[in-house]
Amino acid sequence: MSKILIRGAKVLGGEPQDVLIDGSEIAEVGQGLSAEGAVVVEAEGKVLLPGLVDLHTHLREPGREDSETVLTGTRAAASGGFTSVFAMANTFPVADTAGVVEQVWRLGKESGYCDVQPIGAVTVGLEGKKLAELGAMHESAAGVTVFSDDGKCVDDAVIMRRALEYVKAFGGVVAQHAQEPRLTEGAQMNEGIVSAELGLGGWPAVAEESIIARDVLLAEHVGSRVHICHLSTAGSVEIVRWAKSRGIDVTAEVTPHHLLLTDELVRTYNPVYKVNPPLRTERDVMALREALADGTIDIVATDHAPHPHEDKDCEWGAAAMGMVGLETALSVVQHTMVDTGLLTWAGVAERMSLTPARIGQAAGHGRPVSAGEPANLTLVDPAYRGPVDPAGFASRSRNTPYEGRELPGRVTHTWLRGRATLVDGKLQ
Amino acid sequence: MMRHLISAADLTRDDAVLILDTAEEMARVADRPIKKLPALRGRTVVNLFFEDSTRTRISFEAAEKRLSADVINFAAKGSSVSKGESLKDTAQTLEAMGVDAVVIRHGASGAPYRLATSGWIDATVINAGDGTHQHPTQALLDAFTMRRRLVGRDTGLGQDLEGKRVTVVGDILHSRVARSNVDLLHTLGAEVTLVAPPTLVPVGVEHWPCEVSYDLDRVLPKSDAVMMLRVQRERMNAAFFPTEREYSRRYGLDGDRMAKMPEHAIVMHPGPMVRGMEITAEVADSDRCTVVEQVANGVSIRMAVLYLLLGGNEPAVTHSRTEEK
Repeated sequence: MSKILIRGAKVLGGEPQDVLIDGSEIAEVGQGLSAEGAVVVEAEGKVLLPGLVDLHTHLREPGREDSETVLTGTRAAASGGFTSVFAMANTFPVADTAGVVEQVWRLGKESGYCDVQPIGAVTVGLEGKKLAELGAMHESAAGVTVFSDDGKCVDDAVIMRRALEYVKAFGGVVAQHAQEPRLTEGAQMNEGIVSAELGLGGWPAVAEESIIARDVLLAEHVGSRVHICHLSTAGSVEIVRWAKSRGIDVTAEVTPHHLLLTDELVRTYNPVYKVNPPLRTERDVMALREALADGTIDIVATDHAPHPHEDKDCEWGAAAMGMVGLETALSVVQHTMVDTGLLTWAGVAERMSLTPARIGQAAGHGRPVSAGEPANLTLVDPAYRGPVDPAGFASRSRNTPYEGRELPGRVTHTWLRGRATLVDGKLQ
Repeated sequence: MMRHLISAADLTRDDAVLILDTAEEMARVADRPIKKLPALRGRTVVNLFFEDSTRTRISFEAAEKRLSADVINFAAKGSSVSKGESLKDTAQTLEAMGVDAVVIRHGASGAPYRLATSGWIDATVINAGDGTHQHPTQALLDAFTMRRRLVGRDTGLGQDLEGKRVTVVGDILHSRVARSNVDLLHTLGAEVTLVAPPTLVPVGVEHWPCEVSYDLDRVLPKSDAVMMLRVQRERMNAAFFPTEREYSRRYGLDGDRMAKMPEHAIVMHPGPMVRGMEITAEVADSDRCTVVEQVANGVSIRMAVLYLLLGGNEPAVTHSRTEEK
C-alpha cells in the first residue's frame, strides 16, 4: 500500500498537523511532514477524526434487500465517515443464530467499505420468549458481543434479567430497545399536544422511561452492564443520570434525529417523520443535547433504518417507521452540538468513535489519531453548507427527513485501515 | 375560499359563516318540488370510502346529485384496495378518469391531508372523516343546526355562535367529531365544554380551546346544546370504563338529566346512536333531540361545501332560478 500524507488537518479540531499513513497504519503525526511518493491530501481547514463507529445500523440483509444490502449500507456508511457499523438483528431471517450472524459478517468483509459487526438477537425470532443461542453467536466467526432485539423490546422482566446475567460469561452487552408494548399498542407518534390534535395514537414517554428504569435496576441487581438504545425523552435522561450516579453500569445512545427534530413535524402527516421511538418535543430535544454534552448519554448512534419508497409514500398509519441516517449523522451532530458550542470536535470523536467502539468492543476502531494506530480516519469539512440531496445518497433508500434542509459539514475522505473508501466525497 | 376541506381548524370565522349561509340557501332547494340545482353539471365527484359509513356516503351523494354532479361511489371493500393497492394509486386511477373532487373517508388520520398535499392528484379533496382526526362537514352541520335552533333560521344569517355554551359528552379520545366541533365552535365564538371519563380524554387536551369536566350533572344546567357522542361497547374491553351500565349511569343522558338542561337547550347526536348506552330512548325521541334535523342539515351543508369548493363563483340559488325559468 502506498503512503498518504494528510496535510494541515485539525486533528480532533485542534491545531493543524500533518498525518502520514503508511499501509494500514498511521506512521507519523506532526508538523511539516513529508514523504517520498505519498499521495498528498490537502486538508487545510478540515477536521480529522478517528473513523466513526455506529453502534446501531439496519443493513436489512438478509431479507429486505429492496431497501438496503450490506454492500449499499456500508457504502452509505463510508460516505458518512463511518469505518465500523453494528448491524441490527431484525433481518429476515432474524440474526438469532451463528449461521445468520456469520453470513452478515462475511458480507461485510466482502463489501470492503467498512467493518460490519453483526448484533445478535437476544431472543429467538425477536419474540421475547426464549433466549437465542447467545454463546454460539459469540463464539462464531462473527464474534458477537452486542445483543439486541431492537425494533422490539425485551419486555419480559425475567428474560431481560437472564439475558443480562448470561452474557456476563463472555463480556457481552444487551442493548435494550425500551418500549413497553402494552402502553404503545396502536401508537403512531409522541403522545402530547400534537397527537391530541392530529388524532394519531399516542406513544407516551413513560413507555420508554418505565423500561429504562426497570432495566437499570435489573442491571444493578445482577451486576451486569446494559446499553440503552435511542433515548428520546427528557425523563429517560434523568433516569440514566440517576443510574450513573448510583454507579450502575449503563451506557446510552441518542440518534441524530432526536437531537434535531420534534413532533411538530408530524403535522405534515408526512411519514418520512415516522420513526421508533417517535420524534418528541423541543424540551426533550434540548434535554438530549445537554445529556450528550455532559456525558449522561454516551454516544450518538444513527438507527439508520432504510425503507423502500412505497413504504413511505402513503398515509401515516400505513407507513413504516424509520429514517436513513448514516450519510447525514455527522452533519446533524455538527449542527446541533458543535455549532451550538455544546461539544468540541474531540467530544464528537469520543461520542461517535471512541466510546461506541469501546461499548461494542470494535477492535482497531475508536483509537487515538497517533503513530502506530490503525489508519481508520474521517476527514470533515466543517465550513461546508448545503442542502441535503437524497438523490446523491449511496444508501439504496431515500427516506431522509432532511431533504432540502441546509446542514453544515461534509465528510470528504474516509480511510479504512489506510485504504481510502471516500475521496473528495466520492466513494472509491 | 380554500381549495380543499381537510380540517375544521382551517376555516376562518368568515369562511364558516359563508358556508352556513350558503347552506341555508341550499336548504330552500330541499323545500321545492324539484330538489335540484345545475351548479355542478358536468363535474364529477367520487365518494372514496375506505371505511363503511353508509349515512355519510349517502348524505354526500344526495348533496352531489342535488347539485347535478356526476357521482361515482367507490367503496374500498371488494375493490383493488383490498388486494393491496395503495391510496396513491387508487387516487391517481380515479383522477385519470377525470374526477374533479374526491370525497374521502379513511381509517387513517391524515389520509385526506396526504391526498391533498402530496402532489399525487390535483382534484379538490373533501374530508368525510379521517381516523380519529377530523370530520369537518359534521362540525359544520352541527353548527348549522345550533345556529338555526339557538339563533334562528333567518335571524341567524351572517351570524356566528358567539356566547353559546356547547357541551360535548362521550368518547372524546377516539372522536373526530369532537375534534372538529371544538375547532369550529371555538372559531364561531361558542364556549365548549367536554365531558368524559378521564380515560376518554386525550393527553394534551389542556391545549384545546375548551373546558374539560368529568361531571355531567354540573355542566348540564349551563348548556345551550348538549352533544352526545357514540361510545363503542368494545372500549370497555380496553379498560376505558368498567361496564356499560356504569358508563351510562355516569355519562349517559336520560330524562332526569335532560330536565336539568335549560328549557331552550337542545340535545344533539352525530349518529348512529347507541340507545341505552349514551342516550336513552326517551331523550332520543324527544322534541329537544335534533338527530333527524342534523341528517337533513348534513345534505345542505355538504351541498354548500361542494358548491363553494368547486368554484361556484355566482350565487347558487339566484343563478339557478334564472335558469329554471
